[in-house]
Amino acid sequence: MASNAPPPPPAVRSAGPPAPPTGPTRRTGRARRPGTGPRHGRGDRAALALMLGVPALLVVGLVWLPAMATVLLSFTRWDGIGGLETIEWIGVQNYTDAFTIYPPFEPALRNNLVWLVVLFTVPTLLGMFLAVLLDREMRGGSVYRSIFYLPVVLSLALIGFVWQLIYSRDQGLLNAFLALVSDAPAVDWFGNPDINLYAVLVAAGWRHTGYIMLLYLAGLKAVDPSLREAAAIDGAGPVRTFTRVVFPALLPVNLVVVVVTVIDALRAFDIVWIINRGRNGLELISALVTSNVIGEASRVGFGSALAVVMLVISLVFIVVYVSTMLRGAHR
Amino acid sequence: MHHRPPGPPGLRRRALLGGLAGAGTLLALPGLAGCGTGSRDDPTVVTMASNRANPAQRVAVEESLGLYEAASGRTVEVNTFDSTSFQESVNNYLQGTPDDVIGWFAGYRMRFFAERGLISDVSDVWSRRFEGAFTDQVRSLCTAPDGRQYMVPDSTAPWAVFHRRSVFERHGYEVPATREEFVALCERMRADGLEPLASGIREGWPAMGMFDHLNLRLNGPEFHLELLDGDHSWDSSEVRSVFGAWAELLPHHQPDPLGRGINEAQTALVRGEAGMMLCGMFITHVFPEGEDLDDLDCFAFPEFDPEIGADVVEAPIDGFMVSGDPRNAEGAHELLGHLGSLEAQEIYTAIDPQALPTHLDAGTGGFSPLDAKVNDMVASAGALTQYMDRDTRPDFASVVMIPALQRFLRQPDDIADLTDTIQRQKLSIFGR
Repeated sequence: MASNAPPPPPAVRSAGPPAPPTGPTRRTGRARRPGTGPRHGRGDRAALALMLGVPALLVVGLVWLPAMATVLLSFTRWDGIGGLETIEWIGVQNYTDAFTIYPPFEPALRNNLVWLVVLFTVPTLLGMFLAVLLDREMRGGSVYRSIFYLPVVLSLALIGFVWQLIYSRDQGLLNAFLALVSDAPAVDWFGNPDINLYAVLVAAGWRHTGYIMLLYLAGLKAVDPSLREAAAIDGAGPVRTFTRVVFPALLPVNLVVVVVTVIDALRAFDIVWIINRGRNGLELISALVTSNVIGEASRVGFGSALAVVMLVISLVFIVVYVSTMLRGAHR
Repeated sequence: MHHRPPGPPGLRRRALLGGLAGAGTLLALPGLAGCGTGSRDDPTVVTMASNRANPAQRVAVEESLGLYEAASGRTVEVNTFDSTSFQESVNNYLQGTPDDVIGWFAGYRMRFFAERGLISDVSDVWSRRFEGAFTDQVRSLCTAPDGRQYMVPDSTAPWAVFHRRSVFERHGYEVPATREEFVALCERMRADGLEPLASGIREGWPAMGMFDHLNLRLNGPEFHLELLDGDHSWDSSEVRSVFGAWAELLPHHQPDPLGRGINEAQTALVRGEAGMMLCGMFITHVFPEGEDLDDLDCFAFPEFDPEIGADVVEAPIDGFMVSGDPRNAEGAHELLGHLGSLEAQEIYTAIDPQALPTHLDAGTGGFSPLDAKVNDMVASAGALTQYMDRDTRPDFASVVMIPALQRFLRQPDDIADLTDTIQRQKLSIFGR
């Protein structure tokens, strides 16, 4: 899994083209002619080949090849034991089964979509709001920032475990509190399939908010203060300053936030797995893949078909993002 | 102008790369040294993988192995794994470099590994040491379709309906023998302010216990085992009657079982909030030793059909097998012979509260009243079954049955659609 450290915010593009290289000739004695780039020696080429080649080899070998193998295996029935000769080719039967007779599949697709929408709306906006609030130099600002960021440091599995203590029906904090203040019967937060997804989303959003807040804090620091001053001179209030002036200037950060949110929504797995292995209302495609392939079920072919479905869904977002980036680069 | 300010010379790029490469090689060397021969050729060492990870179980395994080491002069290196994670990763484990002796259980999985050549034939151990030591039933559970034995059993942890003796005495309850008596008892418990049946199905697999017992009582052990083997349709009227009987019993269970873990349900029994619980002997791990554990009692799941009776017992049998290509084959077979022997079983089951010995000659002298009662149940059982997730294909049990049973507990009224769904998935998995 990727580390929890946020990616460094892209630097705000400075104005003007870079200055052409000037200055004294290099100590090696080779004069640099203006207009051509530096010539690479053999040692430099070897270094470049290694630095590009080794990671590329790792990515191809550990990501691309297994992905292609997964696509191939999705057309088979295999239990992972015995050699490749025990593979049975069955065409698109796995896909047909997944879409027609496999009950957890449709809830899983729906839950992934709900996860994406909720993660986009609630924690992202809340994180942005908190970032704007904490951007000012206020007393105790760093304390608040630490408090809000602390959940990001915890792994999702640990968060699932912690929130189980809160959400447990018989022994949890929330139900104990509700029993104290009202006569409502104990709510089955994790067992009721209509509400357990949202209960889990609160726990996941609790973590996501801090992450987004940090990204926006970094982005806000990079916004040119003269923009804000100009807005203040023009008589704009704080809300209009933010929506009309600061927010558009945050475009690079917004892009990063969108990417991070989509990745986290598609990758959601740890917390539902810890709670109940992704069943009974907490189905997610990643949990279905895991329980089919990695558990004792060992339905490699069927699990691969589910994984390919997940890949196709991710590809949609990847294509949109990459084409946006490329279009932006050409401009 | 971009003059670099004067200062100490920076690390040149090539020097940095060279340094990194050198450091990497140095760090990798010890790893390469580890790929050596290891203990493969050492005849005095036997490696063992144990899936008995509870503290009491670890102590019991240690004691048993201590006896073996003293008698044979070999050393045993034990790797202990958490039972559930071991069960889930056993496929990969067996295909990697497994230990010589592996703790496992009887049933479909063992036969499956035998067919795939992942475990070794141990019939020689049986013929040498265990003729007449186990019942025919136990022997057949350790035998693969090719007629040879692949596992040596040592203990069993049967299922029954557990309750606290003191609670029954205080309210004047009597042990029910038939369905009517059982339902009447549940209603009395509910009136007395107890939850009649504790129920924790968040993990999913505990629900199989109730299905198994109802199926065994309503349709008999032959139908049950054939159903799990794929020989009957899940859409049949017999299976639907099982779900129907279960739906009638649901009001007597703890409400909202899907959010409650099995440990929380067992705790309800310990605390006296629930009257009874259908559970395995592993519930003894949750009851504190002493007064609480002595208070634990059980009875067989009641009879539903007088023609079938109530003498079939769900008794999952645990044992040991030898990996397909053991490093120390002779030592492994010898260790297996020890683990199944009377002394080892008596030592192990004395320390592990959930285990009962399977050896026919095991003395019942050291048994607590609970152990003695359960042992009687197993000894006089008309038939023995394991548990659904041990008697049938694991992909069917975990991927199809657990979600289906949880769906049943959420919506007990749509039985026809439920059995239809199960049958369709069963056809795609079993192929028939």
